[in-house]
Amino acid sequence: MSVDSATVRRVAKLARIAVSDEDVTAMEGELNAILGFVEQLSEVDVSGVEPMTSVIPMAMKKREDRVTDGEKADDVVANAPASEDHFFMVPKVVE
Amino acid sequence: MSDLTALTIAEAREKLAARQTSASELTEAYLTAIEAANPQINAYVKVTPDKARSMAKASDERIARGEAGPLEGIPLGIKDLFATEGVHTQAASHILDGFEPRYESTVTANLFADGAVMLGKLNMDEFAMGSSNETSYYGPVKNPWRKRGSNMDLVPGGSSGGSAASVAAHLCAGATATDTGGSIRQPAALTGTVGIKPTYGRCSRWGIVAFASSLDQAGPIARDVRDAAILLKSMASVDPKDTTSVDREVPDYEAAIGRSVKGLRIGVPKEYRMDGMPGEIETLWQQGIEWLKEAGAEIVDVSLPHTKYALPAYYIVAPAEASSNLARYDGVRYGLRVPGRDIADMYEKTRAAGFGREVKRRIMIGTYVLSAGYYDAYYLQAQKVRTLIKRDFETVYADGIDALLTPATPSAAFGIGDQDMAADPVKMYLNDVFTVTVNMAGLPGIAVPAGLDAGGLPLGLQLIGRPFDEETLFALGSVIEKAAGRFTPQKWW
Repeated sequence: MSVDSATVRRVAKLARIAVSDEDVTAMEGELNAILGFVEQLSEVDVSGVEPMTSVIPMAMKKREDRVTDGEKADDVVANAPASEDHFFMVPKVVE
Repeated sequence: MSDLTALTIAEAREKLAARQTSASELTEAYLTAIEAANPQINAYVKVTPDKARSMAKASDERIARGEAGPLEGIPLGIKDLFATEGVHTQAASHILDGFEPRYESTVTANLFADGAVMLGKLNMDEFAMGSSNETSYYGPVKNPWRKRGSNMDLVPGGSSGGSAASVAAHLCAGATATDTGGSIRQPAALTGTVGIKPTYGRCSRWGIVAFASSLDQAGPIARDVRDAAILLKSMASVDPKDTTSVDREVPDYEAAIGRSVKGLRIGVPKEYRMDGMPGEIETLWQQGIEWLKEAGAEIVDVSLPHTKYALPAYYIVAPAEASSNLARYDGVRYGLRVPGRDIADMYEKTRAAGFGREVKRRIMIGTYVLSAGYYDAYYLQAQKVRTLIKRDFETVYADGIDALLTPATPSAAFGIGDQDMAADPVKMYLNDVFTVTVNMAGLPGIAVPAGLDAGGLPLGLQLIGRPFDEETLFALGSVIEKAAGRFTPQKWW
């Protein structure tokens, strides 16, 4: 399988990365080189093989369902590029 | 290089205990060395002298009170991937500009609780994506090693290039690092240092900037095998904040150094004998086999038939996880923001400006292989192949093999700006061909320097262990170290 420039643009849109025409051309070549390299996986017979979900066999750890942390609004917004009264500020989303 | 920076952690520990030096003197010696060398080597992206001095002072006070911890007063470098409270934590990426977390990663908290002193944050490939430390927003790190008679700048390997270079150049006593496909072991091999990636789940991932969560593991890079054991003991823990942290007591790794390897069965996998592998790597591997034999180990030829599929499977699984993990960098909660005409435009412009080429490439691949219609063909297939890779290892371990011996890298350090690798991303990826299998199977692996190539550059061997049997790796690693000796670069900086 290989990607064309329209696919590169579609994937960039999904990934929320702005791309220029030059970027698209370069990425098309690079992505196809990588996809060409991983293509060899299709020759492996995986019939009856379960996909890996966890590399170390262990039951998912659970904790007690109670509040153990919080009240840290100052810390949460401390690194925000724009914040006001403990809210993250973003460009207008709803008209 | 002053005498104090030449000490290993074990030696410094002894001198501190005997009051022959102080944590403050040790820290000053490193800060002086960093100041002189860093403009050339570029191993540190942020030096924290004030914090280092105050931590060292506190260490000296604890030593005076007889309350010294296992790493009391030992100056360390911390990879920029670890969250350090109030200190530069940017994964060497532009998109995390100005990020100073309000919390401390579990691994660094463990080290500091044991008395370690932080000298600063170390350079790395952006978001740990790379094998040469050239994808860093802060520019490449130079390898302290140069070819005999040459002044060409070489890469230190990656992604933990700053960690490896700073340890090799004596700009810290030891360093934290992380390994997703070889990022501890490959740079260790290229700089003549020791690096161990422990079993998945041994070190908490809490507070480490995520790249590929099912593969990421923290570990140390150190000057010798004993120092690596000392550091891992402090880094590893059981952490309720990481659901993949395994409930298992941390053993005394240092006690395994010097332990007899007599009767251990060491597998030599034939699939690691790659086409076009330099003769020197082959010779080094054979030498390693001889050393282990002389120490009483039994060498067994084994087969890991799915080895060649590990790298392609990795380049589906790792980008897929990365594309999901890196979705959080949106210009809203932290780091860089580039204004846009609406919120989607702001996201897109921020991510376009904030991520470097390699990171974008991997996010794009990951997004593609997870997108509708391709998920089964790529991602599911890769996860099934991963099961087969792990099964290969389980089979040889079930047959009574205690550990495996392989080369660590397919070559010695290469030049910064290598044209071949720049032209073809897959060529760069091949650097991890011997290390990536270990991440795919979640196993522990250690890289130990084993010799020099014809140009005088260090080469390493890799030992792969059973899950949670890091101790055997330390025992075998110290046998190789004892036979090969230790390697230090000629100072040119």
